[in-house]
Amino acid sequence: MGKVPKKKRSVADKVRKAKTSFEIKNNPFEVKINRKKFDVLGRKSKHDVGLPGVSRSKANNKRKETLLKEYKQKGRSSKFIDKRFGEYDTQMAPEDKILKRFALERQRVHDKKDLYNLNEDEELTHYGQSLAEMEKFNDAVDSDDESEEKGLLSAELTASHFGGGGLLRKKTGGQQDGEETHRAKSRQELIDELIQKSKQEKRERQVRKEESQELTEKLDQEWKSIQALLVKKTPKCDRAEEEKPKLEQYDMMVRELVFDMKAQPSEKLKTPEELAREEREKLQKLESDRLRRMMGEEVEESSQSQSHISADDLHDGFILDKDDEKTLSYQDGKWNIEEEADKDKTEEDDEEEGHSGEEEEEEEEDDNADEEGRRRRRRGSRRPAMMKKMVTLTWSPSKKATTEERKETSAQPSLSKEEIKAQQEAAKAELPYTFTAPESYSDLKDLLQGHTPDNQRLIVARTQKSNHASLAVGNKLKLQKMFGFLLEYIGELATRSPPELVAVDKLIPELYSMCQMFPEAACKAMQSIFEDAGHTMEEVLEVKGHVPFPALDMLVYLKVTGLLFPTSDFRHPVTTPALLYISQALTKCPVRSLQDVTSGLVLCCLGVEYVTFSKRFLPELINFLAGTLHLAVKDKTSLGYTVVPPFRPTGKCSDLLVLSDSESCASWTKKSLPLSATRHLELRSERDRDHHRLTCVSTCLDLVKRCCLLYKDLPSFTCIFRPIRTLLSEHLSAQTLPELLQELRGEILESIGGAAVTRCRLVLEKKKPIPLKLLTPKIVEVLDYGKKRGCNREEREKERLKHKYKKEFKGALREIRKDTRFLAREKLTEVMDRDSERKRKVRELFGSLATQEGEWKALKRMKSK
Amino acid sequence: MAPSKRRNVILRITAEQSGKRAKIDLNTKVKDVLQDKKNANDVFDILELLESEKEKDVVNAVNACSKLFSTLLEKKDLFLGKLPTGEEEEAFIGGLSAEEKYRLFMRQRYSSCVEMLLEHLDHELYSVKESALCCLMKFAEGEGRHPLEDLDWSEHYSFPRELLQGVVDRLLSRTTENSMLISRFQEFLEMEDVRYYVMSSIRENVGKVLAKNKGALIPVYQNNVFSLMSNISIPSQESGLTNFMIKQEAKHDDWKVAKLNEHKRAFEKMWLGFLKYKLPSNMYKKILVILHDSILPHMSKPTLMIDFLTAAYDVGGAISLLALNGLFVLIHQHNLDYPDFYKKLYNLLEPSVFHVKYRARFFHLANLFLSSSHLPLYLVAAFAKRLARLALTAPPTALLIVLPFICNLIRRHPSCRVLVHKPSTQDESVEDPYLMEEEDPAQCRALESSLWEIKTLQSHYHPDVAKAAGSINTPLSGLEDDISELLEKTTYELMERDLKQTRKTVPLEFETATQLLKGGGDVLGQHFCLG
Repeated sequence: MGKVPKKKRSVADKVRKAKTSFEIKNNPFEVKINRKKFDVLGRKSKHDVGLPGVSRSKANNKRKETLLKEYKQKGRSSKFIDKRFGEYDTQMAPEDKILKRFALERQRVHDKKDLYNLNEDEELTHYGQSLAEMEKFNDAVDSDDESEEKGLLSAELTASHFGGGGLLRKKTGGQQDGEETHRAKSRQELIDELIQKSKQEKRERQVRKEESQELTEKLDQEWKSIQALLVKKTPKCDRAEEEKPKLEQYDMMVRELVFDMKAQPSEKLKTPEELAREEREKLQKLESDRLRRMMGEEVEESSQSQSHISADDLHDGFILDKDDEKTLSYQDGKWNIEEEADKDKTEEDDEEEGHSGEEEEEEEEDDNADEEGRRRRRRGSRRPAMMKKMVTLTWSPSKKATTEERKETSAQPSLSKEEIKAQQEAAKAELPYTFTAPESYSDLKDLLQGHTPDNQRLIVARTQKSNHASLAVGNKLKLQKMFGFLLEYIGELATRSPPELVAVDKLIPELYSMCQMFPEAACKAMQSIFEDAGHTMEEVLEVKGHVPFPALDMLVYLKVTGLLFPTSDFRHPVTTPALLYISQALTKCPVRSLQDVTSGLVLCCLGVEYVTFSKRFLPELINFLAGTLHLAVKDKTSLGYTVVPPFRPTGKCSDLLVLSDSESCASWTKKSLPLSATRHLELRSERDRDHHRLTCVSTCLDLVKRCCLLYKDLPSFTCIFRPIRTLLSEHLSAQTLPELLQELRGEILESIGGAAVTRCRLVLEKKKPIPLKLLTPKIVEVLDYGKKRGCNREEREKERLKHKYKKEFKGALREIRKDTRFLAREKLTEVMDRDSERKRKVRELFGSLATQEGEWKALKRMKSK
Repeated sequence: MAPSKRRNVILRITAEQSGKRAKIDLNTKVKDVLQDKKNANDVFDILELLESEKEKDVVNAVNACSKLFSTLLEKKDLFLGKLPTGEEEEAFIGGLSAEEKYRLFMRQRYSSCVEMLLEHLDHELYSVKESALCCLMKFAEGEGRHPLEDLDWSEHYSFPRELLQGVVDRLLSRTTENSMLISRFQEFLEMEDVRYYVMSSIRENVGKVLAKNKGALIPVYQNNVFSLMSNISIPSQESGLTNFMIKQEAKHDDWKVAKLNEHKRAFEKMWLGFLKYKLPSNMYKKILVILHDSILPHMSKPTLMIDFLTAAYDVGGAISLLALNGLFVLIHQHNLDYPDFYKKLYNLLEPSVFHVKYRARFFHLANLFLSSSHLPLYLVAAFAKRLARLALTAPPTALLIVLPFICNLIRRHPSCRVLVHKPSTQDESVEDPYLMEEEDPAQCRALESSLWEIKTLQSHYHPDVAKAAGSINTPLSGLEDDISELLEKTTYELMERDLKQTRKTVPLEFETATQLLKGGGDVLGQHFCLG
C-alpha cells in the first residue's frame, strides 16, 4: 500500500512541477480543496488540495500515448519483432548475450570486408584512448618506492598509468613550448627521461631522510646533557619552596582523603554450614583438651612432648636404633658422650610416654571425630619433634640447659600429684563435647540419665551441635527423631515420682531451638502425643462415662505446646487439638479430690494462657471456674445458679473446698503451689488442708479476674458471668474469706457489674445489591487506531487485503470507464472529422460542378449571344 | 446287691481318679440302669454325685441324669399321674404291680433329680448352672412330648408349665446376678411356646415377689427380670410363629401359643406388671432406652404405656430426655394428646443436655418435634433463645449441633428472623429482655431479644464453631443444615481433623521459650512452681 500512493504522488508532483506554474496553483478555478471531516492536529495531509484540471490533462496525455496508439493500431497486422540474438532467451545471462552478440557482430564484419586484410589495425580503446598507446608508458612506475608513494596520486602518475595522454601531452607541451623540434621525441627517449627523473627524486628523498635523522640524534644528545641538570635542579628550586605552604595545604587535603578510612570490605558472612563446622571444630578442640586433661597432662607440656613420627613409620611400634641418630657434640672442647647417652635415655622415655599417650588417646577418641581432625593433630605434634631433632643436631653448649629444663618439667607433675588427680576427676565429671545422636529413646535416656539438669541441657545442646543437619546427610533425620525422644523423655520426667520438673525446665530452650529447626517434625511429634491422649480419653469415656484428670506429663505437654507453637492461631495443627483436649478434660473429668481440683486449675491456667492473646471464648473454662467456686460454697440449699457437669449441685465431692475451720483464714498466706500437687498432696493436718483449699480458691478467683478482663468485650459477658456473680455475691460472703481473697472478690464483682452493656440489636450484614444482568461487551484488543482491525493477525491481514482489493477494484473500474469515455470521445472526433471531410469534399464537388455548370451556361449564353 | 458298699467303692474311685474315669463309670452306670431294671438302684449313685462339691463331677452327673431320664421319658418308663404324698405312699405302692412299682420309683427319682437341678441353678459356678439349665430344658422338652400326667381332655395342651415356672423362678434370683445364664437361656426363648409360658411365668413371679416387698427396690432381682424380659422379642407376623418346642397333634391352630395376639397380650401384661412397681433410676434409663425400639412395637395396646412414660417424663433430667422417645412414638403413631408437651420440652433444656450421654438422641427428637411448621412463633423463638443461652456453657461438639439447629429453626420459621435481624433506628444499647428463669415459653419474651449469644460464640476458640456461629451474620440460605451427621460426633473426631491434616508449613512461636512456666502471660507461673 505504501508504494502505490508514493508513486502516484511522485507522478503527480512531476506533473505539477512540469506543467503547473505558479499561476495554475494560485488559480482558484484550478484548485479543488478537499474538505476534511476532522481536523487532526499535527497530521499532514497530502490530499488537502487537488488540481483536477492538471491531473485530468495528464491522464489524457497518458491515454493518448498508450490507449490511443493501441486504438490506432487496432486491426493492423504488422508487428515489430526484435531479432537480436537471444532476445527472448531467458536462460542466457545478459553478459553472455552481450558477448555473443559482440562476437557475432565481429564475425560479420570480418567475414565480408576484412577477409583479406593483413593489417590488423583494429584498435582497442579505453575512454576513447587507444590502449596500445598507453601500454608504452607502463614501465614508468618504480615499484620500489611504492611504500613512499602510497596514497599519492600525482597527475603524472595517473597520466602514465591510466592513459591520461592528454594531460601528459599538455604538460610536455607546456615544458617545451619553445622547442618545437623536440616535439617528436621518440618513445625510448621519453621513457629514459622518466626513469632518470624518478631516480633523482629518490636520491633526493634519501638524502633528506638522513639529514633529519642526524638532526634528531643530535637533538637527543643535547637534551640528555640538559636533562641531568633539570632533574637535579627542580626539587631545590626556590620558587618551589615559596609555594610550599600552599601546596602542603592541598596535599594534606589530598592525603587525608587518600588515607582516610574507606569503607573496608568486611569479612565474609559465614554460611550456616561454616558456622556449624566451626562450632563443631571448637567442640572437638575442647573435647580433645578435655581428654588430655583426663589423662593427667598439662596442655602445653603434652603438646611439646609429642614425639616425632617418621613419614616412613609403619606404626608398628618399631623404633630405629638410636645409634643412628647419635650425633657428635662437644662440651667444652670434649666429646660429650655421656651426656648424649643421658639425653637419649630421657628422649626415649619421652617418646614412649608420648607414644603410649597417643595410642590411648586414639582409643579414647570418639568414633564421631573424623579422620581429618586426627591427622591435623598429628601433624601439629610432629613439628615440635622435628625442632627437637634440629636441636640435637646443632652444635651448642646450651644442650645441657635444655635437658635440665626438660627434667624439671618432667619433675613438675610428680610434685603436684593431688592437683592432677583433681584435674582428672574434673575432666571425668566434665561432659564430653561431642555426642552421637541417639537412635532410640533408650539411647537418649542412657545419655541423659544421672546428669544434673544443667548438664542434661548441655548434653542435648552439644548433641544437637555436633549433629547439625548441614554436617552430614542423615543428621537431619537423626535430630528430628531426637526431638520425639526428648518429648518422650520430658513426659517420663514428669511422671516420675517426685517429678523432675527442673530438668524439664532446663530442656525447654533446647526443645524450642530444635522445634525452630524442624517445625514439621515437631508438629508431627506433638500431634501424635495428642492423638494418643485423645484416643485413650475417648476410649475410657466410652466405657466408663468419665475419665480421670490428665497426668502431669500431659499437663507439661500442654504447656510445652503453648511454648513451642502459637496459641493464637485461628486453626493450628497442634494448638487447636491441644485446646480441644483441655476443654474435653475440663468437661469430662469429675472432681473427686483436692488433687483433681489442682489439676483442673492447672488446666484452667493453661486455658487462660492459650486464649490470652487471641481473647477467644473458652466456655469450659468459665464452667470449671464456677464449679470450683461452687465447691467452696458451704450452704448448698438454695442455689441461684446451675452448675455444669462435671460438677454436681450436691453430692459427696461437692464440698471439697469448704473450709473445715474458719480460723485457718487468719494464718493463710498466698504461695504458689507446686505442680506435683496435681498428683500427690502431703497435707497432714486439717490446717494444711484448709490452706491448700484457700490457695486453690485464690488461684481460681485470680483466673476469674483474668477471664473477666479477657471477655469483657463479648456481647453476652453478663450472661456468661452470671453464675459466678451470684456465687460470689450471695454464697461466698466476704466475711468468711481472708483479706486477699476479699479484695479479689470485690474486684471481680466490680468488673462484672461495671461492664458496660454495649450490645446493639443484631442486624444482618447488608447484602450487596444484585446488579442487573448486562450483556457483557466484547472486548477487542486495540492495536492501532484508524486501521482495519481484526481479532488476530491472519484476520487482520485478510481484512487488509480485502480492503486493498476493493480499492483497486474501484480504481480499475474508474480507469476503465475513463478509458472507454476517452475512446468514445476519440471515436466521435474521428467520425466528426470524417464527416466534415466528406462534407467538405461534397461541397467542393458541388462547387466544382456549379462552376462547371456555370461556365457551361456562360458559354452557352455567349454562343447564343 | 449292696448299694452302700458299692457306693463307697464308687466314691472312692471318683475321689481317686479324675473326671474322665468317673464319666466312663457314669456312662456305664446309666447304661446298666437302662438295660436292666435290676440295676435301678444305681440311680442313687448318680444322684449322689449331683451333690458333689467338685464341679466336674456335678457336670458329669448332670449330663448322665439328662441322658438317663430323657431316655426313660421317651420309653414312658416313668409313672404317670400325680405322685402320692407321704402317708398314702405305702398304700399306694401296695396296690401296684412290680412294673408299676419300678415306674413309680423312677418317677420319684426323677422329681428329686429335677429339684436338685433347680437348686443347682443357684450354684455359684456358671458351668454347673449352665448344664443344669440345659438339662432341665431337655426334660421340659421330653415332658412336653410325653406328658407325665394323663391328659385326655381336649381342652388341655400338654406343656410342662410347672417345670418352666420353676426354672424362671430360679433364674430371677433376688441375690445373684444371673445375666450370663439368662443370655444362655435366650436360646430357648426363640421357641414360641417356651417364650409364651416364660412370659406368663415372669408375670406371676414378678407379681408375687414385688407385691410381697410392697414396692421396695430389689435392684438385683429387678436387674434379672429386666435382662430376661429385654431378651424377649416377638416376631412381627403371625406366620413367623413356627419354631415350637412341642408340637401339639390335636388342634394346634387353636392353641393360644400359636396366636400372635396372645403373645402380644402376654408380653404387654408382663411389662406392665413389671413397670407398675417403683424402679431404680438406672433401670428407668435402661428401659427407656429400649422402650421405643423393642417394647412398644410388640405391645397390643401401646397406649397403656402412657402412665409409665408420663411418670418418667416428670422425673426430670436424663430420664425425661429418654422418655421423650417413647412419648414421641405414642404421639406420632398412636394419636396421643399430651398437654403442655412443648412447655415441658422447653423446661427440659438445661445445661446438662449438652453433657449427657443421650445428647444425640435428644437433639434428634427435638429436631423432629420442632420440625412442624404449625408451631407458634413465640415458642420457636423461645426454644432458639434458650438453646443459644445454654450454648454458652456447651462443649464444642454440642455447639456444632446446636448452632445449625438454631439456624434451622430460623429457616423454618422465617418470622423468627427478628432474632438475628432487628434493625432499629436509634443506636442504643439494649439490656437482654429474655427471662431465663421463666418456665412458660410464652412469657419469656424471647421474641423481643436477639441472639447475642451466637454473636459471642463467633469468638469461640474452636475454628469450626466460630465459623458455624458466623453464619448468622449473613442471610441464611434456603436449605436446612443436616444435623443428623453431627449428632454422633465426638471430641476425638474433632481433634483428628486437625491432627490428620497435613500442612506444608507449621507456624511456630516466635517468642523464644526459656522456661517451662514462662510465656503465654505467665498465668501458670504466677500460681504454680516447679517444686
